[in-house]
Formats: sequence, C-alpha cells, structure tokens
Amino acid sequence: MRYSALNILKEGLTGNKGWQPAWREPEPKKNYDIIIVGGGGHGLATAYYLAKEHGLSNIAVLEKGWLGGGNIGRNTTIVRSNYLLPGNQPFYELSMKLWENLEQDFNYNAMVSQRGILNLCHSDPQRDAFARRGNGMLMSGADAELLDQDGVRAMCPFLDFDNARFPIKGGLLQKRGGTVRHDAVAWGYARGADERGVDIIQNCEVTGFDINNGVCTGVQTSRGNIKANKVAVCVAGSSSRVMAQAGMRLPIESHVLQAFVTEGLKPTIPGVITFGAGHFYVSQSDKGGLVFGGDIDGYNTYAQRGNLPVVEDVCEGGMAIMPMIGRARLLRTWGGLMDMSMDGSPFIDKTHVDGLFFNGGWCYGGFKATPASGWCYAHLLATGNPHETATQMRLDRFERGHMTDEKGQGAQPNLH
Amino acid sequence: MKKVKVLNQICIELHHMIINHPLLGPRDAAEFVYLGDASLINRPDASGDNAAQTFYQYLYLRDNPAGEHKELWYHEQGDRSWLVVTRNTLTHEISNVEMARDVARAAGGST
Amino acid sequence: MTQTNRIDGGLINRNQSYSFKFNNETMHGYGGDTLASALIANGIKLVGRSFKYHRPRGIMSAGAEEANAMVQLRTGAYTEPNTRATVAELFDGLEAKSQNHRGPLGFDVMAANDYLSPFLSAGFYYKTFMWPKAFWEKFYEPVIRASAGLGALSGQDDPDQYDKGFLHCDLLIIGAGPSGLAAALAAGRAGARVILADEDFVMGGRLNYETHTVEDRQGSTWAEVATAELYQMENVRMMTRTTVYGSYDHGIFGALERCTDHLFDGSGKPRQILWRIYSKQSLLCAGSTERSIAFGNNDRPGIMLAGAVRGYVNRYGVTPGKRVSIFTNNDDGWRTAIDLKAKGLDVTAVIDTRSIPVPYNVPNTATVMGCRVIDTAGRKGVHTLMLSSGQTIKTDCLAVSGGWSPNVHLTCHQRGRPTWDKKQACFVPGGELPVGMSVAGAANGNMTLQSALSAGHDGANAILNSLGINPTNTSAPRASEESSNITAFWHVAESKSRAWVDLQNDVTTKDIGQSFREGFKSVEHLKRYTTLGMATDQGKTANVLGLAIMAEYSGNTIEQTGTTIFRPPYTPIPMGALAGRARGKDFRPFRLTPSHKFAEERNAAFVETGMWLRAQWYPIAGETHWRESCDREVRATRESVGVCDVTTLGKIDIQGRDAAAFLDRVYANTFGTLAVGKVRYGLMLREDGIVMDDGTTARMGEHHFVMTTTTANAVSVFRHMEFCRQCLWPDMDVHLISATEQWAQYAVAGPNSRKTLQNLVDKEFDISNDAFPFMACGEITVAGGIPARLFRISFSGELAYEIAVPTRYGDSMIRALMQAGKEYNITPYGTEALGVMRIEKGHAAGNELCGTTTAANLGLGMMVSKKKDCIGNVLSQREGLNPDKPLQLVGFKPVDADISLSAGAHFVSKGREVNMANDEGWMTSVAYSPILNCSIGLGLIADGKNRMGEVVTAANPLKQSNIDVEIVSAHFVDPDGDRLRV
Repeated sequence: MRYSALNILKEGLTGNKGWQPAWREPEPKKNYDIIIVGGGGHGLATAYYLAKEHGLSNIAVLEKGWLGGGNIGRNTTIVRSNYLLPGNQPFYELSMKLWENLEQDFNYNAMVSQRGILNLCHSDPQRDAFARRGNGMLMSGADAELLDQDGVRAMCPFLDFDNARFPIKGGLLQKRGGTVRHDAVAWGYARGADERGVDIIQNCEVTGFDINNGVCTGVQTSRGNIKANKVAVCVAGSSSRVMAQAGMRLPIESHVLQAFVTEGLKPTIPGVITFGAGHFYVSQSDKGGLVFGGDIDGYNTYAQRGNLPVVEDVCEGGMAIMPMIGRARLLRTWGGLMDMSMDGSPFIDKTHVDGLFFNGGWCYGGFKATPASGWCYAHLLATGNPHETATQMRLDRFERGHMTDEKGQGAQPNLH
Repeated sequence: MKKVKVLNQICIELHHMIINHPLLGPRDAAEFVYLGDASLINRPDASGDNAAQTFYQYLYLRDNPAGEHKELWYHEQGDRSWLVVTRNTLTHEISNVEMARDVARAAGGST
Repeated sequence: MTQTNRIDGGLINRNQSYSFKFNNETMHGYGGDTLASALIANGIKLVGRSFKYHRPRGIMSAGAEEANAMVQLRTGAYTEPNTRATVAELFDGLEAKSQNHRGPLGFDVMAANDYLSPFLSAGFYYKTFMWPKAFWEKFYEPVIRASAGLGALSGQDDPDQYDKGFLHCDLLIIGAGPSGLAAALAAGRAGARVILADEDFVMGGRLNYETHTVEDRQGSTWAEVATAELYQMENVRMMTRTTVYGSYDHGIFGALERCTDHLFDGSGKPRQILWRIYSKQSLLCAGSTERSIAFGNNDRPGIMLAGAVRGYVNRYGVTPGKRVSIFTNNDDGWRTAIDLKAKGLDVTAVIDTRSIPVPYNVPNTATVMGCRVIDTAGRKGVHTLMLSSGQTIKTDCLAVSGGWSPNVHLTCHQRGRPTWDKKQACFVPGGELPVGMSVAGAANGNMTLQSALSAGHDGANAILNSLGINPTNTSAPRASEESSNITAFWHVAESKSRAWVDLQNDVTTKDIGQSFREGFKSVEHLKRYTTLGMATDQGKTANVLGLAIMAEYSGNTIEQTGTTIFRPPYTPIPMGALAGRARGKDFRPFRLTPSHKFAEERNAAFVETGMWLRAQWYPIAGETHWRESCDREVRATRESVGVCDVTTLGKIDIQGRDAAAFLDRVYANTFGTLAVGKVRYGLMLREDGIVMDDGTTARMGEHHFVMTTTTANAVSVFRHMEFCRQCLWPDMDVHLISATEQWAQYAVAGPNSRKTLQNLVDKEFDISNDAFPFMACGEITVAGGIPARLFRISFSGELAYEIAVPTRYGDSMIRALMQAGKEYNITPYGTEALGVMRIEKGHAAGNELCGTTTAANLGLGMMVSKKKDCIGNVLSQREGLNPDKPLQLVGFKPVDADISLSAGAHFVSKGREVNMANDEGWMTSVAYSPILNCSIGLGLIADGKNRMGEVVTAANPLKQSNIDVEIVSAHFVDPDGDRLRV
C-alpha cells in the first residue's frame, strides 16, 4: 500500500480501518539464497538494497527480538559525512547522498532533517585538525565550512562565549548534516524489503552456523535450521557473541553508550552541536526534546544501561557550552551496545569461511552509516567484491597494518 | 556518536562501580582507568618465529565475552596499582580482584 | 478570586495565606498546598493543553504521575518549563502560566488539530509530507518543529547554583509511606545507619491522603509521630523533597533533593543537591500509582484519578467538584465515595464495571454495578456522563479508578523485569533486582495498609539480620482493615468517541488498534509508533493500560505482551543539577604553572593546554597584536636569551637496578649505553608501532633516570610505563614516580643563556662548554645552595638549558633568572614563540604526533633499534606502515614569500586536480618566522625527503585558496645544529 496524503485523507474519512500491515509475519522457509542475521538498521537496509538494486528476493532477515530494536532504535539520530580519513569519508558521503533521497526511494517519511552539524573547537591545534578535515571533506565532494568565533556566535548566540573554561574558538560546520527519525529508518527499510519479497522473521535467534569444510551452508535458529547460500552477519554489539559461534575472534569489544533526552521544549537550538573540550553533543527532536549524548562508559559490557558518572559528565559538558539548559529536565536515559573496533572504523567483509560475511565494528557511529552500510554490504553479497567506498573496511587490516584510525588512539576500543 | 577528539588531558575517567582493591579495600571505580582484557598481560615473545602473527592476535583480537571477564584496571587516582578484576559483563558483578603483578608473575611473566 | 472549592480539614496551615498568580490572575492558597490543590481551591478546571490535539485539560492526579497539569513556573531567567502543578509546592508570590497554546488558554487556535484528528492518527507523519521533495525542508518540517514542545526555556543562563553530595548508609529506604516509615522505625531503632528519602515535602505517603487509622490514630497523625521519632535518631538521615531517581551498579543510587524550589527566593543557597548514595542494602517502598480506564472523552477537565480526588479532599481540604461521580473496577475506588461523604460532599453516583453486589453502602448515592461510562460531555469541564445502561448523569467531577500499579521502576533499572500478578491486575517486581535491593509495601503488591506496614517492618528486620545488626523486639504497626478486590477492566469497547490512554501525547485506543493492524505489535513498536508512554510522565498512568489493550487486540496475555523497559530517571532531573558546579570557569579545574603569578604581573595572555593555563605571549607597551609580541620574543631569544616555563612537560623519575634495561624496552632507541650525566632524545612507540610520545631522558646515576614527556601525554605515558612495569615485566627492579608537580622547570635559551645561568648557578659548578657540553645533565645548586637539576637540551635550536628546581622555588626562580639575565635583556617567552622556534627547527609536536604517524613518517625511522625488542617494534614492521612512498615530515615555504600558509591544507602535485584521489598529505603546523621573514610550515607529504625543491599545491578549499609551496628541509634555522654546541 503506497503512502500518500491522499491515502491519509481517505483512511481518515473511513476511520483509519484500512491500513495494511507494514510487513508480513512469515514463517521461515527451509532455504534462502541469503540469510541476513540481525534485523537492525544495517540488516534491513542490506535486505532492501539486495532486493531493490540487485533484484534478489529469496532473502530472510532473522531478528532475535523485534525489528529495529538494536542501536537503530536507541541512538541520537545524527547523520553527517565529516570524516577525516580517505578510508571513511567517501563511504559516509555515499551514505549522506542516500539519506538525501531516502524518503522518495522507500516511500516512508523518515524526517531527514539537514539542519547542519557544528563541531566546536577550543584550541589552535583543534582548529588545525578541523581545517585538515574540512579540506578533505570538500576534496571528496562533501560540504564543509570553517567558522571563526564570530561565525559560531552568529549561528548559536546562546553558547557560552564569555565565561567558558575552554573558550570557543570556532567550529567546523557541515550544513548537510542533521538528524533523521531513527525508528522510521528501520520501518521504512523493513516495509520496502518486505514489499519486494524479503522475509523478515522476528523472534528468531541464531544459535549456530552450519560450517562444513570451511563453507557456511546455513544457520541454526530458535525456530529451526535454515539453509542458505550466503549468511551475512550484521549484529552490532552482539558481533563477538554471534561470530564466536563460527569460531571467530574479532577485533571488537562491546561497550555501552548512553543517550539522553529532555522533556519537550519549544524550539531552542538549531541543528546538531558538539562540544570539543568535553563529551556532549545535542540536537532537538521534532517533538521538542533535547536529544544528547557523550562518551561511552568505557568498560566492556553487554548491559544496555550505563552508570551515573557518565550521565553527570555529559550534563556538565552541556552546561559548559550552553548554560541556558540548566532548567530543562532530563527525562530519560538509556544505553546501546557499541561494537567498538580496534581503530574506531567498521568492517564490511568476507570472512575466511566461504559464504559467511561480516558487517560490524560501527562503534558509536553506525546510525549515520545505515544506508551506505546496507548499500555496500548488498554490493559485496551480490557481486562478491567490496564496494569502491568500502575497500578499507576489511577484517585483516590490522594484520596488514592498514588501520583507519580517525582519532589516532591505537588499539584501545574505549578511546575511539 | 562521539567524534571530535577531546582536548588532551581533559579526559576524566568515569566509571561507577565499586572495586575491592586487594590492598586498599573498596574504592569507587571512578578512581580507576580501564584498559581492557587481562590477556594484555601475556605479551608474546618478540623473538618467536611467528612474532608478527602472535603480536597481531595479542593486540587486536578479543574474546569479548558476555559473562565473566578478566580485565585490567589502573588505580590512577590511588596507589597506581594495576589490578585484574573479574567482572560479569552482563550484570557488572565483580567476583574477584587481584594485583596484576601477581597475576603476571603467576602467568610466567618475569623480567 | 475566592477559594470556592476550599473545604474544612486537611494538612494545610490556614494561618499561612499565600498569594499567587496563574495566567496573570491573582489567587490565594495556604501553606501546605501544592499549586494544583490551590488551583482546585480556586475553582480552576482548565489548566493546560495536550501535545498533539491541544485538547483542554485539567488536573488528573495528585502526584508525580501528572500528565496534564504542566505549567511554566516562575519568570525571567528563573522560569522552568513543564513543571507538574501537582508536586509544585505553593509559596507566596508564585507565578505560573499554562503551556502549549497559541492565544489564550481558553481559545487555543492550535485546537484546530483536534478537528483534524482523523488525519493525524498514529504514525501519520511517516506516510506523508514527502511530496514535493523540497517542501519537507522548506515548509513541512518548519511547521512541525514550530509546534514542538510544551514549555519553553528562557534562553538565559540558569541563574541558580546546584550542589553535589555523597552519602553512605547501611540501609536506604526509598519512600516514606506506611511501609517506608515502618521499615525506618524498625531499622532506626536497631541502630542501623538509615537514609529515609521521600519525594514529598511531608513524610507519610498515602497516609496523608487517606482516612485509614494506624495504631488507633488517624494515619497522618501516626506518620507525623513516627517521623518525629525518626528525626530524633542520630543514625537516621531524613530526606524530604528528595527523589531517588535511579538505581545503579553495586548499590549506588542517584537522588535529587530540592532545597529551595518551595521558596520564592533561594537567598543564594543551592537550588538542588544531586546526591550519590552508596548503600549496603536498599528497601524500595515507593508505593503505587493509580491508573485510569479508557472510555469516550475520558480526558476532559474534571475527570481525575479516584485516589487523587479523595487525596485533595483529605490532605488539602479542597474538593475538585461539588457533585462528584466515581467510575471504578475495584473496591478502592469506593473509598473516594466514602471519604467524600464523610466530609459532607455530594457524591452523585458510583459506577462499577463489576457485576457483583454493592461492596459498600454509600447513602444518597446512585450505585450502578456492571455498568460503564461510554462518553462524557463538557469541553472545558465535564458536566455529563453517558452510561452503557443508557442513563446520563450530571456531574462536575468524575473520579476514575482502574486499579493501582506498583511503582516498580527502580527494580527495573538494571536487569529486572516485572511479572504480572493476575489477581491484583498489576505488575509486581520480578527476579533479578538490583544488588542489595528488597521491595516492600504497595511497590511490592502489598495493596492493603496492614500488609504494607508489615512488609516494611519485616523487610527491615530481614535486612538488619543480613547486615549483622540485631532487630529490636517490636512488631509491625496495626492498621484498619480494607478491601482491595479488583477485576481487571481496561477500556470501554462500546465507546464510539476517542478514548485516551496517554493523555499528554494524545494516544487513544484507536491509535493502539491501528498500531496493531499495521504490524506494530511488540510493546516497543507500540510505544515508538504511537508515542505511548513517551511523554514527560513516561507512561506512569498510561503504559499498563496501553499494553493491556494491545494484549487484548493480539489475543495474547499481558504476561506474553510484556512491558517496555523502565529507564532512569524516575522523575525528570534538571540538567543544572546533574552538572552541579562544573560549569562556566569551574567546568574543569585549572592547573597553574609556577610562573603564573609572574606572567600575570606582566599581563601575559594565557592559553588552555589541557588542564594547564600557560603563558601564550607577554605583551609589552605599544604592542597591539599578538604577532608583534611573539616575533619580538623569538628574535630576543635567538639573538640574546629568553626564558620559558616548561614545567608542564611530564617528568618521570625512574630508579632501580633494571632502570636502563626497562628504558630500552619502553623506548624504541637504546638507553643502556647512555653515560651517567648525559641526556638522550627518546622515541616511544605504542605496541601497534605508532609513535606514542617523545622527550628527553637524563641519566642522573647508574640506576637513576629522569624522563620528560610531552605535556599532553604526561599522564598516559606514566600509566603506560606502570603497565609495562607491573603487567609485562613484574620482576624487573624498577620504580617510577611522577615528578611533574615536584619540579619547576624553565628553558633558558639563546646565545647568552650560559652567561645568564652563570650568574645564578653556584660557583662550584662549572657549566662551561667543556665541562658541561651539549646533552649534559647534572645536579647543581643555585642562588647559594638551592638544589637544582640542569640539562643542556634545546627545543629552540639555540644554545640552551633547562633548569629545574623544587616547585616551591618556582616563582623565585623565574624572578632570579630575570635578574640574572637582566644585562642580556632576558625576555620571557610564551607558547607561541616556543611553537615558532620549534617549527623553525623542524621538531615534531602535537600536530605531528597525532596518533597515526610512525617513526619513519617523522624521519626517525633509524631510531627504532633492530637489535632489541621494545614496545611497538614487531608491529611497526607491518607492510601497511612501511609503504614504498611513506608520508615524510618536511618543511614548506610559500613560493611567494608574502603569502601565509595554513595548517590543514592538503598537498596535491602541481597541475593536478584538487581531490582526494590526488591527495598526498597535509600541512601539520605553520608559523610566521621572524628570522626568515616569511610564513613557514611543517607537513607530511608522500616521499617528501626525495622531493626537496619540488613545488606542490597546498590546497585549502575551505578558504578557496591554492598556494604554491616549495618542499624544503624541516630545519629552517641552523640546519647543522652548530648553535647548540657552542
């Protein structure tokens, strides 16, 4: 059923009784061409693009809980393509371009809102690094502007310019950055994939892989064994747990990143703002809540909850740059499991097991990557070759010494 | 997302649990800095035939278990001991705390 | 306005009359009122508008679960949005305004949304606003955003102060209702260290809202007596106005105490205190929250929760209506009728969904069993009820009880999931409670007063036993009996009108039906698709109702349907409180250098480098631009002598028989061969082969070294070395002490530096070039016996020394140096001049040591010894770190000397298009060299060492500029290093 203003009018006049399910609830078949393990944003996007761009539809997405229940359902909704390194930037710019056409593409309003992302800088070396980054962004076809203090003040007069411990010296602005209604992304991809014949199977947990002579031929699940020519894992914070079932150790640790939202407020800040001398980034949702976050808690965990010191640290960062939010109330905090990789960059790759593929290591940045991750994973699964923007996202890059380390922190996941 | 490299040295460690230090008793985890899997104690032999491979595995690959995890914490705001803490990554329950030096010695690390 | 709905009784102080304003109208209330009870006293029904449809709304509850009566409290910079009138204490001079309407509250033009509601059902926005594409950004979204939110921030800095505090206890009791008080009495009398916290400003919980008796006294009186006894106990900390909002690991809780929110003027005291409570055990006595029933137009002003209606009557001496009706599915709802009748109020009807005999006899009141309210009338205040029996009832207040939901929130902040109690029709705490937590009273499903008192008392005694404290020989307080029978009833199916489930977010039963039909069946999908439970009350009254209705649609049990996850905080917490005093200049501490006072006296500009404040330049009279000062400082140093505080560099004292061997392992280059009395530059790698840090290390004795690190990495290098010492090589005889704070250190640089120092160093120490050559070090004394360390090292490239004295002499030392160098016109220089001189010499610093560069990139590849193992050696040999044409650090000069270079420019070969495919590296650092009289730069460019003299493009598309630059040696000044050695 196509969504349109006309349909809303028609349904509204007839009691909204005619809306159809957004997706089917199929029973798993015995056999698929491709099984995607993980019904989060990346898995659903992969299924959607496999069906739409590569004409494949004998595909199942297996989700242990409810679709969209992972990090796509618990992030701070920011999209941007302001990366530094050539191994990353073209990929995220591809993602941005896909975001810009997403709604028309999948006939679902995910509220892509390009109100800009402003990274504040507070020192000369930081400004130098932003200049390097901004120039790289422009050279790879993205947009970027380097603002001085006056430029930042004109855009965000409410920031603390006069009494800050770390004065604001300027900022890197990407106007095309912004936010997207995160749940709607999962639902739009799910609906689009389902329409094209993909079986989305919720409450179906993968408990093992069928691997014989180095070839993966299917999966064991809580709803029976399912055969497949290709199995594509895409499970974010559960990556190590799932891949351990295939006997693999990964360059990944699971950490919790907390996110926060205040009570609804009348519009008060433009776009996304990030603090460069503390842990705080913020945007305002369509409903008026200030949605914000900071740093990961910093210890290995599989609990989707964090602890108080990080909550306080993040709010301190918020008050440090915008002391006008003191009387806004924090409404809700939650946590998501981050698949923190050893250089802060992701993987979209084959594994040493034939027919078994892996997508993960997105750290705290997977949401913005959702369309490109799906696009490139679908490309890899359909053609056997990495997409041109994802050639650096290989599992063996540490062994070969080809790290993509945006922050220069080395092999310590909790510092990325 | 957490993108911008924070100014050096402003980073404050922010863990919030209670670690029963073998020498100092229960201390708030905020006094500690977390490193990661305690297997980092077992640095390979650089003169081994397969050093490139063993160092790669040592530095980059992790079990990352959901459950009991032996991990390294450093008492930076305290006595500067490195500790091996056995903590459950599902519940955060801490079942054992040892001096890393003792663990390293027991593991054969010497000079 | 007069208090038309004020009646006798209640726990208010009628001698304390307060005047307040609501929507600019002056009204009066009493001490002990909340804003809500005072509004009710003044006959106010309409207090706000709902989020989506802008429906007129009144007060529905008497507590933190309030979803309707949200106001903008106070004015100016003190204004706070979304304040629940039901928990805001009244004070004299209070000002409040209603929220979320355009035009006056009574005539909100946005209420047009209500008439469009058929087109604004669940998820409508996901299905439209997509065409034409450009309209989303330009039109639809701005319109949607403009109507977002409820209240507004002032836009001004929060003028209040907030504090943080830490508390420790044996037993934290959360909630001071009957079970909490009983528990506190038991634990307090036994001598345990107890904290009793309650969100209300009076302890007693429901006892203050009800007419029960405890120990043959009025319940509220018993609570008052118990509270007084507890206040007398030194081992009990009583915390009113304190919400325990979150449960965290290992028995740690977050709590917010509101200190001055009930006062007109906080008189400079902190507004709130954020407490972190470390408990050995905790007892959750958080009570329960009443929920409504969904029926047609159940959201009208005057339709309230039944417990709230009698609560207003009993506690506040106000009545929400003159002719009250009751709609219930349980016995407790009848208490409202009984209590109101006891006050002589008119109860029109009691409508009970259950087909059972009348449970209580309520005289002069219609009692209708097995019946439902199907619709109501009265847009700005309910006046008529339509019943399933066909009757209509005239009423001005409908008290609804759909049963009570235990406040299990804190039991679920970790892994706990509540379980469904079918008999009592509520979720009760499930397994996996937070460590050390027990639950008692209504929060645990003890729904009668006696059971709550007993559970609190017995629960405390059990905890005392586990703590090894002997309970006293007391029994639980005795209470009057009551009945709590309930038959679950969620929504009135025959209602044709919309029936609200989540009042604030305007989620109706039809939305839940549509959510189900569209496949959003999981409770999490339901929540996200309809926004059920996402309002400021976090679904305290709506969630159970919503999921029960979903269960009904899907044919599942409530158990199978499950709940969404409860997340902290229990009630919203101001950002200001969470930040505490860490804001403005106090966001982080300052670290000041030993010469800070000296620099201040000279009007130095300061720069934040990490936590440190360092002098950036020292302006003198007539200088108007920082470059003038910086250029002068550079010239003065290179021509005569300059002094700079370098205390911020990390200093690590290394001692032990294996100290040299240890350094050989942590540094890439060799230190075992370093002679005593000599200094060597050291390069430290991370285990992944990337450069971690650099600095100089001096051998003060056979087994004694002093290492310096960069300012930025002082802490992490020390931590890393302790890791190496304790975890990798535990039996090496080596000990480390961080000495950064113990020594004040100054760089004295320039051709006259030796002469300057000779004026200060005690005469028995020969520091001539022969006796103390380049890279010498030693312990000396200065100024007549003050111990010092002298290092002949140079960052500036000049003849230079660093001299260290114990920190307490730091201030004197800079002044003594200025005196000693006076004849040479010694010039203090700041970090800008320091930076210029290091760029002129091609030394790598923070911009080059960026965590991705190898020794080879920095031109230091030869330093990585192939003869020994060291941290990073093996992995530095990986193919990816050793490409054919590696990035190499070289110097750059603009071809046109008048043009300034920019750091962050990317290099592209001449004539090639500026894009990432042609990217060859970037400019890391730039400076204006007053020696070369032009802009110079350092940068990393592919194969740079082999491209000397080549002109490349430094592309800076951010500034739309492409500059021709020549690749030159990074050693711009004195490339052979002659000046160092004179």
